[in-house]
Parts: sequence; structure tokens; C-alpha cells
Amino acid sequence: MKRPVLIFLKALTWIACLVPLARLIYGALTPGGLGADPSAHIALTTGYTTLMLLIITLAITPVRRLSRHLSWMIRLRRLLGLFAFFYATLHMLAYVALYSGFDVHAMIADIAKRRFITMGVIAWLLLLPLALTSTTWAIRKLGGKRWNLLHKLIYLAVICGVIHYWWQVKTGVLTPLPFTIVIGILLLARILYALLSNRKSAASQRTSEA
Amino acid sequence: MLIQKPSEILSSAITPKEQYVNRRRFLRGAVGVGVAALGAERLARIVAPGREVFAGTKLQTVKSPLTTTDEDLTPYEYVTGYNNFYEFGVSKDDPARNAGALPTRPWTVRVEGLVKQPKTFDIDTLLKLRPLEDRVYRHRCVEAWSMVVPWVGYSLSEFIKQCEPLSTAKYVQFLSYYDPRIEHWGREETSIYWPYSEGLRMDEAMNPLTLLTFGLYGEVLPNQNGAPVRIVVPWKYGFKSAKSIVKIRFVKGEPHTTWNDENSTEYGFYSNVNPNVDHPRWSQKTERRIGLPFYAQRKTTLMFNGYGDQVAYLYNGMDLRKNF
Repeated sequence: MKRPVLIFLKALTWIACLVPLARLIYGALTPGGLGADPSAHIALTTGYTTLMLLIITLAITPVRRLSRHLSWMIRLRRLLGLFAFFYATLHMLAYVALYSGFDVHAMIADIAKRRFITMGVIAWLLLLPLALTSTTWAIRKLGGKRWNLLHKLIYLAVICGVIHYWWQVKTGVLTPLPFTIVIGILLLARILYALLSNRKSAASQRTSEA
Repeated sequence: MLIQKPSEILSSAITPKEQYVNRRRFLRGAVGVGVAALGAERLARIVAPGREVFAGTKLQTVKSPLTTTDEDLTPYEYVTGYNNFYEFGVSKDDPARNAGALPTRPWTVRVEGLVKQPKTFDIDTLLKLRPLEDRVYRHRCVEAWSMVVPWVGYSLSEFIKQCEPLSTAKYVQFLSYYDPRIEHWGREETSIYWPYSEGLRMDEAMNPLTLLTFGLYGEVLPNQNGAPVRIVVPWKYGFKSAKSIVKIRFVKGEPHTTWNDENSTEYGFYSNVNPNVDHPRWSQKTERRIGLPFYAQRKTTLMFNGYGDQVAYLYNGMDLRKNF
């Protein structure tokens, strides 16, 4: 891919990823702009955006495998992953500021007592090392193999994220279901791919032995 | 027992919201299409005085002897645009969008169970039974948000007297409208077993604060707020205040209630507002007041939502942690 095209695509990704934040800021500056329940709106939007960005990040590898012409997508993955972490952090800050009211005791009690908050904190903690090792320097330092292994934590993080969502909604409310299905498909695609390529390599091994 | 402070908020001072109300929609079917086509709500009133019962039309109200708060009212647009009414969808803005499907006319309320004789009341009869009072109540949702709403109605106890319950009746059950033939969004988005059912102990139902409600902001209830008749129990979490009631049953034992069926560890039968008993998934110590900027929303939640003077006696000797 030519460099100007890549820069253009990256710029587009930046803009797209900043839209939810821009809308929140615009809403906060307009009277009534964040609706009836601004605190809940901020918490929900940032959480929802985090899950969406995690899903898009996770979709890149399976989609890329569909065609050789899509291999450029990998160049956008780091940016998307970092934005997912950015919104996850905003989501957590929204909780700290608007829900716990910066009350440390309330926060500790919440994390200990409320499993959906515990799960949310775990998901954020799982994303933290990924964000910290996102630089090219860190990849080199860790070595590709170890870096890849570490970054498999995103699977765990997204699973924790969606469980956090299920535990937050009322019993009987099914809104996290579409997220769960899509994440399930994206994770299954990886398992299938691994199984198929295993069989392929086993088959090629057999033919080479024959 | 009751707060006797006179109301500082006149009903005439709290109705600046004509612009929010799409009167044409509500007039549909109210009077002949011809009259509606004339755009003549006023004419409709002249033609059929006393039958102005569609959402958005003014109600004749009197000042209530029970004034319970002088806090700022939550704007009409939020009271009628931010609702939990799962029959019409689980998002807060779904009911305002979808509740038009609720046929509020004709409407009857069936009274049965442990009564002298089962009866059916027409909505017009109910509207005229007692003078309609303006009552400003705090409204606290179990989800930790709250509003201040100027309701219109009269004490449920006045209606219960008309029902002539037997002395064996210890509880009242309220059943909400549900017709599987009309589109119910909540059917797809939840696993709730309809119709919505709620209940009160007899002495709770007879407490003068418990309001049989027909309107808000001096006007007939919009559909999304539980038209044409609902209960408002201001010292309990909002889900106890059943909407769009079609049946009232007087029973001997605690009736089954919808959210308790869904999850009995999170939603108890009593569900009194209580900052000392947390919801398993969040604290109930504070609440978010609807319609305020995000930095000003947090408020301390009051025991019995601030109505302890009027209702605490109902729970003397009861462990409110166990009976949450």
C-alpha cells in the first residue's frame, strides 16, 4: 500500500474513532444535550463504544483472511485497539467521577461487592498491558512470539467486557445479546481457522512423508 | 401524620409545556374526524364537556391537602420522554415512541377477588369519583435515578372504599394492560411473563399518599406514563407503581409481582426506597436526578424517599433488610 493512502486511511480511522467523544463533548456543552440522564448517557456511550471498537479490532484478522487484498487492514488494528482502551478508560473514569463521586471507600466496596463492576475492572486491567506494549519498541523488545501471546489477552478482555454488560443489565433484558453473538462468531472463526490450518499442515506433512 | 404545609406550586404555574404535546395525535378517535380536522380541541370540549380525557388535555384539578415536596419539577419533556414501560421497549425513549399503540379508550377497570361483589368501573366514572388533586411527588427508580413529578389524581383509598373489599382481603393486586394482539416490543427484548403484575399490602394501599393517578402536569397522562389510570406509590421504587391498570384484585396472600418473579434477590415485594439496603448490583445511597447537568445529578437518597413521617408506621417491627 502506498504511504499517502495509508495516511489517509489512518486519518479516517482517527476521525471515526473520535466521533463518539466529540458528540459527548458537544452534548455536554449544549443545555440538555446529553438527554435526561447525562451521567448514564456518558457511562453507556463510552462502554458501548469500547465494545464496538474491541469487536472491530477482533474482526480484522478473520476478515483479512478472506482475501489477500484485505491484508492492509492490519495497519489500522493498533489504532483501533488503542482507541478501545481509550474509551474503556473514559468509561471507568465516568464511573469514578459520576457514580462513586470520587469516594474511595464506595469504590472499594463496589469492586468487592458488585460482580459487574469487578468484571469491568478486570476487563480494563487486561487491556492495560496491551496498551502499554503497543509500541514498535515494545514489540521488538518482547519479540514477536511473546508479544503475540501477550496480546491474546484481548480475547479474555472482550469476554470479560461482555459478561460485565450482561451482569449490568436487568435480568430478562437481552440487549447484550447481539454483542455476544458477534464476539462468539469472531472467536469461533479463529478456532475454525486454527483447526483447518492444522489439518492442512498435517495433510501436507503426510504427503511429504509419502 | 401528614405534612400540612400548603403548596407553593400552583397548577397554573407548572404547565408551560403546550409545545411538547402533539394534540392532534391524542385527539385521534376522541371526537369525530371532522371535528379533529377543524383542529378544534376547544370545540370538542364545548361539544362534549367533561369528556376531555385524552393525553395532553387539561384536567380540572384542585390543590392537594397533601403537599410533599417543593423541589424543582423535572421538566415535562423528561417526565414523558424518559420512561420504563417494558411492554413498549426496554430503552428509556422507547415508550414515548411506541406507546401510541395503547388503546386508552374505551377503558374499564375490573375489580374482583375478596369484594362484596365484583364490579367494572368505566374510566369516566373513575375520573369523576373524587376531585382530582395536584400532587408533587419525588419519584425514585430502583435503577438509582429520580424525578419530581406533579401528578394528578386522588388517594387510592377513596376508590378502594367504592370497591367494598371484605375484611379477609389483606393485599391488593394490580394488573396492567396487555393484549398479545397489539405489538409489544418488550416481548422480544425481555423474558418477562406478561401481563405486568404489582401489589401492595392493604394498609399500604389505604395510605393517603398512595395515588390513583390520571394525569401529570395538570393534563391527562400520556400513554407512556401509564394512561389512562395508574398507581403512584411515592415511598417505593418506581416499578411498584403499576401503569395502565385494567384489573384490581383483593386477595388474602401476597400476590405475585413481575419483577419479583424475574429476580427475587434484586426486587422484593416491599421495595421501599431505602438507602441502607443496596441493590445487589449498585448502591442505593445516592441517586441521579433526571434533567440536571452531569456534574449536578448526584443526590442523597432519603429513607422512604423522604416520606417516612407519613409511612414509617406501616413497617413498625419489621426487618426492612429481610423485607426489602
